[in-house]
Amino acid sequence: MTSVAATVDGGGTATPARNYLNARAGLLSWLTTTDHKRIALLYLGGMTIFFLFGIVMAVTFRLELIAPGVQFFDADIYNRLLTLHGVAMIFLVIIPGIPAVFGNFFLPIMIGAEDVSFPRLNLLSWYCYLAGGLLALVSLGLGGVDTGWTFYVPYSVKTSSNVLVPMLAAFILGWSSILTGLNFITTVHRLRAKGMRWFKMPLFVWSLYATGWIQITATPVIGITLVMVLLERYMGIPIFDASAGGDPILYEHLFWIYSHPAVYVMILPAMGVVSEIIPVFSRKTIFGYKFIAYSSIAIASIGSLVWAHHMFTSGMADVARIVFSFLTFLVAVPSAVKVFNWLATMYKGSIQLDPPMIWGLMFIPLFAIGGLTGLINGALSTDIHIHDTAFVVAHFHYTMFGGTILIFIGAMHYWFPKMFGRMYQHFTAHLSAGIFFVGFNLTYIPLFAAGIAGMPRRYADYLPEYHAYHLCSTIGSWVMVLGLLIMMGNLLRALFKGKPAKDNPWGGTTLEWTTATPPPTLNFDEPPDGNREPYDYPTEVKE
Amino acid sequence: MSGEHAIKAHGAEHTEHHDPVANKIGMWLFLFTELILFGGLFIAFAVYLHLYRWDFRAGSGSLDKILGAVNTVILLTSSLTMALAIAALSRKKVKASLSLMAGTVLLAVMFLGVKAVEWGHKFHLDLVPGSSVMQNKPMGEQIFYALYYTMTGVHALHVIIGIGAIAVAAGFVKSGRCHAERPGLLENVGLYWHLVDVIWIFLFPLFYLIG
Repeated sequence: MTSVAATVDGGGTATPARNYLNARAGLLSWLTTTDHKRIALLYLGGMTIFFLFGIVMAVTFRLELIAPGVQFFDADIYNRLLTLHGVAMIFLVIIPGIPAVFGNFFLPIMIGAEDVSFPRLNLLSWYCYLAGGLLALVSLGLGGVDTGWTFYVPYSVKTSSNVLVPMLAAFILGWSSILTGLNFITTVHRLRAKGMRWFKMPLFVWSLYATGWIQITATPVIGITLVMVLLERYMGIPIFDASAGGDPILYEHLFWIYSHPAVYVMILPAMGVVSEIIPVFSRKTIFGYKFIAYSSIAIASIGSLVWAHHMFTSGMADVARIVFSFLTFLVAVPSAVKVFNWLATMYKGSIQLDPPMIWGLMFIPLFAIGGLTGLINGALSTDIHIHDTAFVVAHFHYTMFGGTILIFIGAMHYWFPKMFGRMYQHFTAHLSAGIFFVGFNLTYIPLFAAGIAGMPRRYADYLPEYHAYHLCSTIGSWVMVLGLLIMMGNLLRALFKGKPAKDNPWGGTTLEWTTATPPPTLNFDEPPDGNREPYDYPTEVKE
Repeated sequence: MSGEHAIKAHGAEHTEHHDPVANKIGMWLFLFTELILFGGLFIAFAVYLHLYRWDFRAGSGSLDKILGAVNTVILLTSSLTMALAIAALSRKKVKASLSLMAGTVLLAVMFLGVKAVEWGHKFHLDLVPGSSVMQNKPMGEQIFYALYYTMTGVHALHVIIGIGAIAVAAGFVKSGRCHAERPGLLENVGLYWHLVDVIWIFLFPLFYLIG
């Protein structure tokens, strides 16, 4: 206990001579590493590349949409860009996303462990990720695919574009995700430091634990479903083919049995990060710790039972539609519990507007818009009107981009000094956040309006009456990308030229702030004490 | 204590924890994913059985119940030999354990052999997806055969992977890296093998006995 306190107090600016970054040298030491922190950085590298890749795709097809009619390329190329944007962003960026980078890096440290339970399996899951990513690039080389990221049958069986490679990519990436989830669950059960009981775990760990269960229960379904599609396409074994008596709607069910829980794989860890950031920068103990912890489990459980709300217009029994609509409304409750708890945490707190808090604060309204518009999608009557329109696109991007990616960036700003031992420029970070916020809303708010006015999603062309919406949205995408580039430039600069960071620059109270910056290979020089309150701030703020 | 820790901290990375409980948890979670993977196929089966009851009965009637039953007995026996192999290792009878593993692999190969005979017979009758014989069948029967090939095929793939896993475990037992005090690897392979067995226990009645 005393040793931990000593680390906090004595946490000066001196970087320890030996840390996980310089413990071993050479490319091979990275490619064969079993250190969870290094594996996290390997993921971060891959994700940055595919994130940029996805952005380029999106900006390109957004450019085509700047005016009605054909500007630069035809619908076929548009479809391929759209699909690759979806596949890259969903399967290679936001599904692995926060768990693979920040979960890998901080889950063991936050529970006071030296590594995850299965370090070699952890490396294997990165190699699965790498293989999936390379296959996605091969798919691009083969001319891409035009099915959309959902691979709906019968089109994915009939199309002339190559669906084998991207489906194999999704299959292998699924295993990467399963192995990560399996590893995290086991780690949380087995490697918590002495004294760290379940309700002493940081909330980010709770959210990763719930996410791990979704990863291992939902992901195998998409694996076997893609196998069935491939068998139908390449071996002529009819399972979904209506002309042989198959049921294409069964494919949609199986696809969404995975892919809806998958959106909680994307958003739950982001909520966990917000639950870390808010108390630290409010200098206040988190409000309703147990409710936030339980709400993660509730979201994971109920979220597994709402998949058919993607299919209200596909043909389904009325009773089923009502049940799925009701469950969709129900899953909004634990999400709202979290939002209210964050707000209550900030109430009468001593709020510090450092860059991580700015990103955390931007998350709340953007996620609230995303979540509330989700209820409009989830209501049976309104969904008939807005199904398959730009409204859904806007809703989805508010939750996944304004939620998950935004918090990925927030987490980057929060933990960057701990991970790399350097600090970025705060002014530039604030500037990039502001530009991003303006650009983001400029891009997606018009899509809500266009969707309500009847603009279908995934179309390369549109009627002139939608011009104003699309023009706004395209200009917004430029502003947003500008913000993202400034953000990345700022972090990249800090990586090489940033000032040395302190051990605990934000005054955090969880275990990762008690160790050296950057952490040593086995995370702690002294065994950490797990018996501590995760958000230990004085209950009353002193004037 | 802390000094020892500090010395270790500057050493190599952590690769092994020697935590048998964690290994068991990890294996059970993996088996869980395997069950759900097959679950997708079982859902498809349930949906189509509901849609095409009579066609599924006709399709089921065309399968050889005797061969199916023989395969069930073979696979159940292989589960027994696998369990005995683990029991033998825990009593430090390495040789007996290795022979029981060899027996398990032999039974697994026999299972695949019977499967090959069954599939070969169907191919001989041109009962393959897309053939003219198949396309003249009622829709439900086409779906029945599609699921038959897919589900028994995916299961057979698991049998093949299981054979590989048993071979690896045998190698570890032989070299002494897996022994009576650390039997985790063999136990986990055994669990996997029982899963393969359990799935077949469901496939057998669903395909062979509803006709």
